[in-house]
Amino acid sequence: MIPPAFEYLRPKTLREAVSMLQQHGDDAKILSGGQSLIPMMKLRLARPSHLIDINRVTGLSYIKEDGGFLKIGGLTRESELESSDLIRKKYPLLMDTATVIADPQVRNMATVGGNLAHGDPANDHPATMMALGAQIVATGAKGERVILIDDFFVTLFTTALQHDEILTEIRVPVPPPKSSGAYFKLERKVGDFATAAVAVQLTLDAGGAVQNIGIALTNAGATPIRAKAAEDALRGKKPDAALIAQAAQLAMDAAQPSADLRGPVEYKKGLVKEFTKRALARALERVGK
Amino acid sequence: MAKKELIQVKVNGKDREVAADSRLLLVHFIREQLGFTGTHVGCDTSNCGACTVILNGKSVKSCTVFAVQADGGEIMTVEGLPSNGSLHPLQEGFKEEHGLQCGFCTPGMLMSSYALLQKNPKPSEGEIRWGISGNLCRCTGYQNIVKAVQFASKKMAQGETK
Repeated sequence: MIPPAFEYLRPKTLREAVSMLQQHGDDAKILSGGQSLIPMMKLRLARPSHLIDINRVTGLSYIKEDGGFLKIGGLTRESELESSDLIRKKYPLLMDTATVIADPQVRNMATVGGNLAHGDPANDHPATMMALGAQIVATGAKGERVILIDDFFVTLFTTALQHDEILTEIRVPVPPPKSSGAYFKLERKVGDFATAAVAVQLTLDAGGAVQNIGIALTNAGATPIRAKAAEDALRGKKPDAALIAQAAQLAMDAAQPSADLRGPVEYKKGLVKEFTKRALARALERVGK
Repeated sequence: MAKKELIQVKVNGKDREVAADSRLLLVHFIREQLGFTGTHVGCDTSNCGACTVILNGKSVKSCTVFAVQADGGEIMTVEGLPSNGSLHPLQEGFKEEHGLQCGFCTPGMLMSSYALLQKNPKPSEGEIRWGISGNLCRCTGYQNIVKAVQFASKKMAQGETK
């Protein structure tokens, strides 16, 4: 399949990229990893008049802890997350997620920033970043601003990014002790989008009660869904099997999946319930270690 | 007429310079402009991996990359695997272990396996299967592909440097 013609721009700096976005209006798109955008262009579902390739802009690819946050540059490749010792040791939810994004070749190109900025609720990072309580740093003509993850996803393929803004950094609060998380995803084959997936991140207090909890759902609606009622049911309580089952039910109630080739609505909702249970159990098991 | 972009790229060790439309996909650039038809267009939707090549040291699906993105970089295709007229241990492995039937997925399998062995010269069976998880084969059921990669890993450990 051949994409429609476009003008190709290759800025050397972030400022240049932002000014190109300003100049060319709503029809310009950023080319980051391209692993979501290029397939859409090949199907002619996306027809940007200008493609701004930011892959040569330096300083946008990093994984580091700084000032109480894990900071990930927008251009960081999924394969870099996958091979990061820091992520493996301290951010198991992120590691679980990175390993089930697409396949090895796609992960070599795909970027964390792109996975979020594309605004596809079927991508894996949106729910994970929601569960982690992340912040998005957007850089535009007026400089940098921070967008809380709960405000970031507006609707299908639409985020809070203004058309002259580039997602340059993702910030995840460094988890306190007795924290962990997990991501469970069902896919028909390696590389597929989720039939359903659940991200959980939690912190226990000294007594073993849930101090902080984030539960979010992938591909269960037009945006990633925060299972607030499930979170509220767990907060402040010691998570036993009955409570976990209750939370799983509440998470299922929050899911609004569409029926498609991956399965009917009831099946997908059932997966949400089961995966919430498993993700909570795995997160607690990991905290225990 | 669309404006042409000049693409300067090293391909299988040789410098090439070709003008192309910005929308030209890397897989078509490789096959048609550069003449390396070993890289195949399979699904054209970044699922099957038949289009896998090594771009700047990393395996990528060339149907989901624009040729212009390779400008200034380096590509290795399946044609670049042999050296001095001899088959690469991976190619030998696919031959010895019957790792192909129709051969359509094979160049992609070879390139993904090449990338895997670069990173992990002695992969377990599970790691091999994970390493080729971006490549589909409709013929073999994968087990002889796995054996082919194990063959290559063993052979390369015995002294091949590539």
